[in-house]
Amino acid sequence: MDYATLLQILDSTIRLGIPLLLACLAGLYSERAGIFDIGLEGKMLMAAMSSATVAALTGSVWIGLAAGIAGSMLFALVHGLASITFRGNQLISGVALNFVASGITVLIAQSIFAQGGRTAPLEGGARFLPIDLPFAEALQGVPILGPLYYEVISGHSILVYVGLLLVPLTWFVLYRTRYGLRLRAVGENPASVDTAGVSVRNLRYSAVMITGVLCGLAGAYMACGLQAGFGREMTAGRGYIALAALIFAKWRPWQALGATMLFGFFQALALRPDVVEAVVRVKVPVPALDALPYILTVVVLAGLVGKAIPPRAGGEPYVKER
Amino acid sequence: MTLMKHLLGASALLAVTAGAALAEPAIIFDLGGKFDKSFNEAAFNGAQRWATETGGTFKELEMQSEAQREQALRQLAEGGANPIVMTGFAFGDSLNIVAADFPDTKFAIIDMVVDQPNVKSVVFNEHEGSYLVGMMAGLASKSGTVGFIGGMDIPLIRKFGCGYAQGVMAANPAAKVVLNMTGTTPSAWNDPVKGAELTKAQIAQGADVIYAAAGGTGIGVLQTAADEKILSIGVDSNQNYMHPGQVLTSMMKRVDNAVYEAFKEGDALTAGINVMGLANDGVGYAMDENNASLVTPEMQAAVDAAAAKIKSGELVVHDYMSDNTCPAATF
Repeated sequence: MDYATLLQILDSTIRLGIPLLLACLAGLYSERAGIFDIGLEGKMLMAAMSSATVAALTGSVWIGLAAGIAGSMLFALVHGLASITFRGNQLISGVALNFVASGITVLIAQSIFAQGGRTAPLEGGARFLPIDLPFAEALQGVPILGPLYYEVISGHSILVYVGLLLVPLTWFVLYRTRYGLRLRAVGENPASVDTAGVSVRNLRYSAVMITGVLCGLAGAYMACGLQAGFGREMTAGRGYIALAALIFAKWRPWQALGATMLFGFFQALALRPDVVEAVVRVKVPVPALDALPYILTVVVLAGLVGKAIPPRAGGEPYVKER
Repeated sequence: MTLMKHLLGASALLAVTAGAALAEPAIIFDLGGKFDKSFNEAAFNGAQRWATETGGTFKELEMQSEAQREQALRQLAEGGANPIVMTGFAFGDSLNIVAADFPDTKFAIIDMVVDQPNVKSVVFNEHEGSYLVGMMAGLASKSGTVGFIGGMDIPLIRKFGCGYAQGVMAANPAAKVVLNMTGTTPSAWNDPVKGAELTKAQIAQGADVIYAAAGGTGIGVLQTAADEKILSIGVDSNQNYMHPGQVLTSMMKRVDNAVYEAFKEGDALTAGINVMGLANDGVGYAMDENNASLVTPEMQAAVDAAAAKIKSGELVVHDYMSDNTCPAATF
């Protein structure tokens, strides 16, 4: 495998890994606050549809992005209502929202555009175009690092850099702010937070809404950045892979970056069976490469690489005093 | 209970006799929906053409869920519709049961073979159409490398890929064909993001013409090919319009012709297997104003010559599904 091929695979890794990273961080906020969220997939789908629809109608990707986030937050709010206010089962609420998203996205897109559940193709300012980082062209001649900077790091859409910046930001919020401390506490022991006079309900709602925003970014990136429009079920299970990555990362932000990029790398490798064959000198079936992220997650869950312990109060609705 | 049975029997009889007088043809669309810009819409267009030409009317039904198939078939058959046309291989099992219960009703199924005395099974020679677009790809490619992106890895899609590879080799024996499948689950039909990444990976391997036979995933392939300024080839219906000047051609499956023919035959529909190939305009390649500048007269002459040979039987394109092997490519 030559250097250019490696760079191409890494470039692909970033594009495939970023939706996973955004969804994984989204799940991290919610689950750290004690609300399990299986509905990442549905929120991403909803965001993809609403961002593509509004971008197609207005011609502005920024209004589309706002609509995508709004659509995703609407679903997050419903999940919050069901699991916080009404103390319902969080898994059932998430699964139900996934089903609703799967149907309603196609329904809305079909009734507006009548193109078989797709939105009209986006053009020009209705898409996130790749942006070249400063000096990318000029530094291309620098050995090793120049092409790496030009091919892999530069030339992605803005949401990729937003996603990468969200990792240190999330780390800072979680571990260096009062809000983060309370958020983590509410996922471990909500009673103690309540005793301290802080509202469990408000904290959990805020976490769920942040999840909505991040899923909105993920969906908008897929529909308006990677693609030029929404298509039926276009998230193709990425919300579930992100959940697997979250477990793999043991609910920590930097590790989430590592896990999602690793999963993205496996997905990128699966696109190049010829390279894999050249490196390991055995023909590896593509489905085996596709299955790697799941196998790794099972390995982690089995406790072979340390223990993955979810937030202790996760999945439990908080009941104040009886 | 007995009374109930009599009542039901009487009402069913009434429905059958009432329907028999009308004998309208009916069409059932599969889950993709009537206006999917592809397979089902082509079927609808065929039915519509029949209606405008003959002044007749037809019944139609759109599937909403997997569980409705048998019920929908029975309902239309009891209502006296004849013939009943359905689009998609997924109706196979249901039709096999229902067709036996309604021996006087004629059925036609597209993309699947159902062995019943009152069923017409329409299948397409996708490998012949793919061969022609493969030749075009081989002739249009400057790098000598072309790509194929399939949807779900099933024999039918390998049939597309195998015909394509044979066509490429016929046009340029030194050419390299890069073959990728999107996945092994039904979600492979609806993953345009992965389709886009596969396109980029194939471009990195030198491909400059890519044929997508992948349903909704193909939208991502055509989009990325247009963004990266290479050529793509559409599938099933004419997709040249999606990116004018950047889609080389489309491999067309004339589902509309199949439906039109079935409606025209009416209740005299001939049962058995009906193979729609190049010879009877079942498959072909799309030419219109969107790709006129891409296809040179020499290319078109070469492809038309090959088409004539296939029609006359002088040239036989290997069908992957006949023996699950492909002489021109390995999957």
